[in-house]
Amino acid sequence: MKYQTLIGLEIHVELLTASKIFCGCSTAFGGESNTHCCPVCLGLPGALPVLNKKVVEFAVKAGLALNCNIASVCKMDRKNYFYPDLPKAFQTSQYDMPICTNGYIEIDCGKKKKIRIKRVHIEEDAGKTMHAEDGVSLIDYNRCGVPLIEIVTQPDMTSSEEAYKFLERLKSILQYTEVSDCRMEQGSLRCDININVKSEDSSFVSNIVEVKNLNSFKAAAKAIEYEEKRHIDLLKKGENTNKETRRWDESKNKTVIMRMKENVEDYRYFPEPDLVKIEIDSDWVEKIRTSLPEMPNHKKERFIKDYGLPLYDAEILTSSKGMADFFEEVVKEFQDAKMVSNWVMTEFYRSLKESESDIENIKFCAKDFAKLLRLIKRGTISNNIGKRIFKEMYNSGKDPEIIVKEKGLMQISDVDVIKEMVLKVLEEYPESVMDYKNGKGRALGFLVGQVMKVSKGKANPQMVNKIIKKYLDT
Amino acid sequence: MEIYHLTAHEIRDKLQNKEISAKELTELILKRMKNVESKVGAYVYINDENAVSFAEEVDNRIHAGEILSDLVGIPMSLKDNICTEGIFTTCASKILENFIPPYNATVTKMLYEQKSILLGKTNMDEFAMGSSTETSVFKATKNPWDLERVPGGSSGGSAAAVAAGEAFFSLGSDTGGSIRQPASFCGIVGLKPTYGLVSRYGLIAYASSLDQIGPLTKDVEDCALVLNAIVGHDNMDSTSVSFKGVDYKKALINDVEGLKIGILKEYFEEGVDEDIKKAIFDSLKLFESMGAIVEEVSLPHTEYALSAYYIIASSECSSNLARFDGIRYGYRAKNYDSLKDLFIKTRTEGFGEEVKRRIMLGTFSLSLGYYDAYYQKALKVRTLIKQDFEKAFKNFDVLIAPTTPSVAFKIGEKINDPLGMYMSDVCTVPINMAGLPAISIPCGFKDGLPIGLQIIGKHFDESTILRVAYTFEQNTDYHKKRVKL
Repeated sequence: MKYQTLIGLEIHVELLTASKIFCGCSTAFGGESNTHCCPVCLGLPGALPVLNKKVVEFAVKAGLALNCNIASVCKMDRKNYFYPDLPKAFQTSQYDMPICTNGYIEIDCGKKKKIRIKRVHIEEDAGKTMHAEDGVSLIDYNRCGVPLIEIVTQPDMTSSEEAYKFLERLKSILQYTEVSDCRMEQGSLRCDININVKSEDSSFVSNIVEVKNLNSFKAAAKAIEYEEKRHIDLLKKGENTNKETRRWDESKNKTVIMRMKENVEDYRYFPEPDLVKIEIDSDWVEKIRTSLPEMPNHKKERFIKDYGLPLYDAEILTSSKGMADFFEEVVKEFQDAKMVSNWVMTEFYRSLKESESDIENIKFCAKDFAKLLRLIKRGTISNNIGKRIFKEMYNSGKDPEIIVKEKGLMQISDVDVIKEMVLKVLEEYPESVMDYKNGKGRALGFLVGQVMKVSKGKANPQMVNKIIKKYLDT
Repeated sequence: MEIYHLTAHEIRDKLQNKEISAKELTELILKRMKNVESKVGAYVYINDENAVSFAEEVDNRIHAGEILSDLVGIPMSLKDNICTEGIFTTCASKILENFIPPYNATVTKMLYEQKSILLGKTNMDEFAMGSSTETSVFKATKNPWDLERVPGGSSGGSAAAVAAGEAFFSLGSDTGGSIRQPASFCGIVGLKPTYGLVSRYGLIAYASSLDQIGPLTKDVEDCALVLNAIVGHDNMDSTSVSFKGVDYKKALINDVEGLKIGILKEYFEEGVDEDIKKAIFDSLKLFESMGAIVEEVSLPHTEYALSAYYIIASSECSSNLARFDGIRYGYRAKNYDSLKDLFIKTRTEGFGEEVKRRIMLGTFSLSLGYYDAYYQKALKVRTLIKQDFEKAFKNFDVLIAPTTPSVAFKIGEKINDPLGMYMSDVCTVPINMAGLPAISIPCGFKDGLPIGLQIIGKHFDESTILRVAYTFEQNTDYHKKRVKL
């Protein structure tokens, strides 16, 4: 029997507003515990919320970017439950009238597919509980009242690959619109999975299991694969999954049960009486719509068309707005788009990864990057020297031409100079010369390498190759 | 008349004519409090030292010739659910008995800016739930007219303080009648403003969609002065309305000619004391004699108001009071085994019976499967009640009803009869449901106990209510009667 997996996602995203959702406190990440707090976000008796208009704007922006309908009127509701880091004992959220509904994201896994978005709603974040070793619990309320949107998809994804693609797309869309930085490690993007499987003829359906708080896209994909298998194995044995909430255990590479869902949790939702209804002006929505940047999908198509890039390159370059913008800036200065793309995707990405940095913090400018590529293309420096210069440029932000001059890294293309070096090496390694003559092709590489070494990497490798061959073959 | 029995505007004149200093006045009132507090028990916290030093500062300003407002140097009190920075604000509950807010309510700030002098925090029913000030964890306040009777509730401490000459005015809060009913029982003036006219920021919530802060004063003129001081849009309360500033002193007109007054038919039905009915009809005769047009009007959904009110108010309170969990402030149970146990024990030990009753009722009403039958239904009733009033106000300028169905009852008489207690708000509750303004003024006595006349107005039409009330006062003497203590 064949099985189909159904995956729906719920994603919490922290919005990049400067102040919190119901008060003027800072939303900055970090900071000493309980320093970004006031009576309102602490829910002290008598304090009242006042909705931050920026939050509504950002939610509308996200909704538009996700192809949603924007409500003309919506409201906030209270979701009641007790928890120490929830200071009012209710979360102000949206229940039956979310701000955005019925959107979709298009993903590409070989073929294009629309993943429907059920709703996007506004809510506030809670604080953070830390459990010390001695059994004492400490609470940091800095995060209380940080604005969130929750994005809920339909169960339209059928594999971990699709879910992974969806999350990547979603992240880049949200980053493009600048409503969130989507930093999972700082908790500004959090993902829950709802998953079950059914047999092809729908005669067997497993119960929906929720996997909470995935802290990376990779973990999400792994958790999906794990659950998929677990569900199918149980169905095959004639058993079913329990309706339950699980979490991903990174160290054991498996999901483990958090709690059973025997009873529906009753949050006793009701309209937040301290806030008036939110009326959203359609002209305002249109204004936001026209201010939206080009979305990654469009950009990707355009990169393929305008720059003749392969799909693979276009997808990687457009996954981050900063990188796509940088790429285009470089191409303006240096027209070989494929060469730019190769360099961005290899050297540049590698350096970012190694230094755990991102494009917003780079020290050099697009112009200098173009200069470097020009030096390589013209043969002024070799490709390998180019890599070295890039490293230095990356670390110091120095002009590549200046680096070349200062270090005398200009490529040696003078035939006589190269000849001299070649003869010296041939004289030094007669065994390798013999090896080559006896048919061991590998010896050639060794000899070329030695010449490059002698030239401190500056000799034009093609010329070295040619000249050595000439001597050996005669 | 003794100084402490004067009205705020009479005192204002004396202060501004320099017949008395703010410090002398404050000390005098504090002395009065020393004499009668043990009998009345209006206060839960007395701010004596701060009050005197603040009064001295005010005197300096008066001497320096600074422009003075009507409430400068006037000693007043605040109900203990209105936050005062650095001063206990307990809601008369064990769960908040050690709570000192780090901020002022907007009304507190406004009165401080007026340079009114805070004498202390007044007793109340716990979390403003009750109609007799008996559910306070500290003590039951006594009615200054008869110390064996209740002052009404939940702003009973505020009403008793003003009636007993222990403050020239006070602020209370009114969720279902909690300003008007005690004003009526204590023979003073109590105004529940239109919902949204006065900021609720810093008022510890009972039922957010119904709560409103308002003045308790000795006469209508004082009521206008205090109202002037506390109205205005507040950036901290998004339900507060940016209502163009009106000078309520200008509403103090002794004339009702041509005004159309509606008598609310359903408010005179069974359960209303005959003497009260008579007092109200006598008042109407007075208005008629002055040229007002008086007619009966029916609000058909009145009978459902009280039950719908208790559903909505309890639902909101179950959520508003959930924050009192022993984690961050207030009372925390001493011994507990787990987090859940900590929540449960703290709340079991910290809340009183009436509060628990309403939390349970509200939690039930909002629960899955009951929401539609109770909360949703109550909201529908609320809409019908609003529509009743809207219809009536197409034909009338103000509506008139008794404030309470009976005069002040005996302490203990209804404390074990919650439904009987709830009935004492039957004439006031619908006004909160509709968000309308209403005032209670004294209009007679029964066996030496005051009777209240309730005048209800259109949204944000406090001026017309004040005008009608002022006219009544100018042509009667009930507001001049003072308690003997």
